[in-house]
Amino acid sequence: MDVPVSYYVVLSGIVFSIGLVGVLIRRNIIIILLSVELMLNATNINFVAFSSYLGNLSGQVFVFFALTVAAAEVAVGLAIIIALYRHSASINIDDFRLLKW
Amino acid sequence: METFVFFYFASIIVVTAGFVVALKNPVYSALALLVMFFHVAGLFVTLHAEFLAIIQILVYAGAILVLYLFVVMLLNLKREEHFHGQFIVGLFLGCVLFAEAVLLVLKGETTLGGNLSASAAPLELTRGNTESIGELLYSTYLFPFEVASLILLVAMVGAVILTKKGILEAKS
Repeated sequence: MDVPVSYYVVLSGIVFSIGLVGVLIRRNIIIILLSVELMLNATNINFVAFSSYLGNLSGQVFVFFALTVAAAEVAVGLAIIIALYRHSASINIDDFRLLKW
Repeated sequence: METFVFFYFASIIVVTAGFVVALKNPVYSALALLVMFFHVAGLFVTLHAEFLAIIQILVYAGAILVLYLFVVMLLNLKREEHFHGQFIVGLFLGCVLFAEAVLLVLKGETTLGGNLSASAAPLELTRGNTESIGELLYSTYLFPFEVASLILLVAMVGAVILTKKGILEAKS
């Protein structure tokens, strides 16, 4: 293994930060969900890197579970987006402040 | 060679991740994410996780992203909606988080590297990656595996209920 594991940690740190910034600064709800996918992928890179470097397959099994949860999250999230669009014909996050007074 | 491959994949991943956040059109963002998923799968192959690389392409690129593209095209957005008003604050928070991560990695470099090189045993290659993961999944992680199937069922029912007509419509 030529590449030290810290390179992978830094890479996943960069991708996670980009995803976090995307969640905070974008208005489109679809892009916000895509940014959440970015963050999940960053953790997956970390899991696989450590699993490979420690010679332990449990990390890869956890990536498998993270993938399951990501699929469930996408299904429910997109259903919510469609319901919101039906409700007010918009997917701009600024238009939904029902819980804010 | 290995370092070169890593930097190729890493640079493409970072650039496309930036595109996902920065591009205006949601379709372009989704396509940038597609490129990123393929390169993450390549990174998994270099880490000897071939099963996960294939699953990454099948599930993420094949199922999740297609769902995103369907919804983007279904909604047919016309209005331009780009960055939020809290642009500066969000960027600042992201930079702070990243700086914190780098600082922790640099601080833990010595202990992390020492522990890893001491216990770094290559994965056994007598059996395939898929076979080993399958055995682990059906023995040690059998209960979480069943819970994952339950999560998928709940998500399926939830998606059907949420998109059903007459539940979230405006009361007039």
